[in-house]
Amino acid sequence: MATTMAKALNAALADALADDERVLVFGEDVGQLGGVFRITDGLQARFGDKRCFDTPLAEAGIVGFAVGLAMSGLRPVVEMQFDAFAYPAFEQIASHVAKLRNRTRGALSVPIVIRVPYAGGIGGVEHHSDSSEAYYAHTPGLKVVTPATVDDAYSLLREAIDDPDPVVFMEPKKLYFASGEAELPTRTAPFGRAVVRRPGRDATLIAYGPSVPVALEAAEAAREEGWDLEVVDVRTIVPFDDETVTASVRRTGRCVVIQEAQGFAGVGAEIAARVQERCFHALHAPVLRVSGLDIPYPAPMLEHTHLPGVDRVLDAVARLQWDDQPDPRWLPAPEAAA
Amino acid sequence: MTTTPQAVRRASPRNRRRPATPADPARPLLPGAQPVSLLDPSGAPLPARTDYPEPPGDLLRELYRRMVIGRRFDTQATALTKQGRLAVYPSSRGQEACQVGAVLAVRDTDWVFPTYRESMALVSRGLDPVEVLTLLRGDWHCGYDPAARFTAPQCTPLATQCVHAAGLAYGEAHQGRDTVALAFIGDGATSEGDFHEGINFAAVFKAPVVYFVQNNQYAISVPLSRQTAAPSLAYKGAGYGVPSEQVDGNDPVAVLAVLTRAVEHARAGNGPFLVEAHTYRMEPHTNADDANRYRDGAEVDAWRDRDPIARLEKYLRDRDELDDDGVAAVAAEAEAYAADVRERMNAQPTVDPLSLFDHVYAQPTPQLIEQREQVRAELAAAEQEGDA
Repeated sequence: MATTMAKALNAALADALADDERVLVFGEDVGQLGGVFRITDGLQARFGDKRCFDTPLAEAGIVGFAVGLAMSGLRPVVEMQFDAFAYPAFEQIASHVAKLRNRTRGALSVPIVIRVPYAGGIGGVEHHSDSSEAYYAHTPGLKVVTPATVDDAYSLLREAIDDPDPVVFMEPKKLYFASGEAELPTRTAPFGRAVVRRPGRDATLIAYGPSVPVALEAAEAAREEGWDLEVVDVRTIVPFDDETVTASVRRTGRCVVIQEAQGFAGVGAEIAARVQERCFHALHAPVLRVSGLDIPYPAPMLEHTHLPGVDRVLDAVARLQWDDQPDPRWLPAPEAAA
Repeated sequence: MTTTPQAVRRASPRNRRRPATPADPARPLLPGAQPVSLLDPSGAPLPARTDYPEPPGDLLRELYRRMVIGRRFDTQATALTKQGRLAVYPSSRGQEACQVGAVLAVRDTDWVFPTYRESMALVSRGLDPVEVLTLLRGDWHCGYDPAARFTAPQCTPLATQCVHAAGLAYGEAHQGRDTVALAFIGDGATSEGDFHEGINFAAVFKAPVVYFVQNNQYAISVPLSRQTAAPSLAYKGAGYGVPSEQVDGNDPVAVLAVLTRAVEHARAGNGPFLVEAHTYRMEPHTNADDANRYRDGAEVDAWRDRDPIARLEKYLRDRDELDDDGVAAVAAEAEAYAADVRERMNAQPTVDPLSLFDHVYAQPTPQLIEQREQVRAELAAAEQEGDA
């Protein structure tokens, strides 16, 4: 049936609350209001304010509170209202959530889900559109998951709540209200598995979260140029599925990694490096990255300049050494005339 | 100036009733103007207080015993740093009344949230001293099983444990258990945001937490005057709707009495309670610190005159609860305890590099499995090289 990612996430939370009394859902405005994106709509009315409740407006407090709840045997699912508003919680996430199992040799675990609406494309004003996945992916002990489809939104969130480890669950805001087909409840591929969304022979586009629809659109447009592109949806950044990604690139011999976040030191850089290390002899071209610009997230009227769109992807595809010529962008500058 | 009839009526004696003063809702939350003290600095009793009844004699003797052992343990740990057995040790010498009094006020199944300076409190709680010192010896981060001992790992990031304590206490209550959480924190860490977020969450959710601030006057080198302009750290409770008290942190009887009441308050379902103990860190921040750079000997000497162990010893002797034999027996027990710590800490711990991958996740990721194999190969190669 046709539904939206927002509704699928809401259904996943409701089903988890119904199935496991240890699950608690809390954060800012998640109670009566149902969250600013309505992801928790109706949960307090159905499960009561002991299971789904509002907290003081303090993100470090919310995550630290979840750590204590997890230590008492509960399964907290917390909502950070927006990507950039999760930064106050970073110390709790990096120093405690991510490390508690390791510090205690497994005596304590922290099965927390931290939901983070992230990324742009919704015309949000300052501090409402950051792509913050690299911070979490760079922190050992966290799993970092980001759905791109409606049924993945449901399934990955259910799996995140059941997972014995902490999961930063990154929800692409611009996909919340895009509709898709899904029969809920559903279970898709588990954590650690990337999925080929579109098979193709000529090059692999690797994307996750909000960039997956861009990659699919670019692959469709590329047919007119005569390229048959494969699209791989990473789904779980941590744990990362090297196997599926490298199998695809070995087949196609060319690869473009797409991310909405600024590019420098980003997740795409890690993926490109891994592909290069593992597929060197199968590659006909350097692995290219398409990303946002290395700037603070721009004001709404300029965000489309920042966001990687179909054209930027196709430009990269065009530079994949189809005629085995050096990329003019990387040639040394000509000597200045004497 | 003209006088209206209404004004006349208002001023008439019949209507000059004093307006009802609304009760000041903050007043019951405020600490006493002076720290609670039940012994004077010499150990002589002060007038009894009905609000803080004196703990029973057998408990005070146990407090004395654990304080003496705790100090001996602390001295031993400092000595172990000089021998290179510990990477570092933050001493709590001089804070024995707080370290021991606090853990005596809670049950074994209550949760304690210690900082790195609470090694003495943890051994006083009955944790294995070698497991407590594991963090500082450096063979792992936390040597004891927190779940089995209801004791969180010693917390190094300041004040972060305050929020964990709120969550744990609320979670326990949510599941129908009457657990209390005792969160230790120092004076400097009350400036951190997580102290405020923790106490606020605990208050809003009525979580049974006792926040116990040991104000030992210094955050490494920075004195209390740079942390706060408040008349006392205990006043920070009122802003969150949390009742609070301040206590002479070198008066063991008062610390135990105040903490006992705070724990009862929390366990009875009244929400959190904040206690500030005024005490003093007799040693530098750690063995790596030089306290002469920021405080003078006269200040330290003045606090030596308020030594918590000497105070309690005199008090118990005056009440015939303790005699020379009792003192000697406790001293001998403390020596034996230290000897056992020394002996066991002199054994070189074994560390397994491959265990680095065991607890990052419940199941290692494929990437960690790859890295474990790489380390295994590196170790094998190094071993072969060593054999050659």
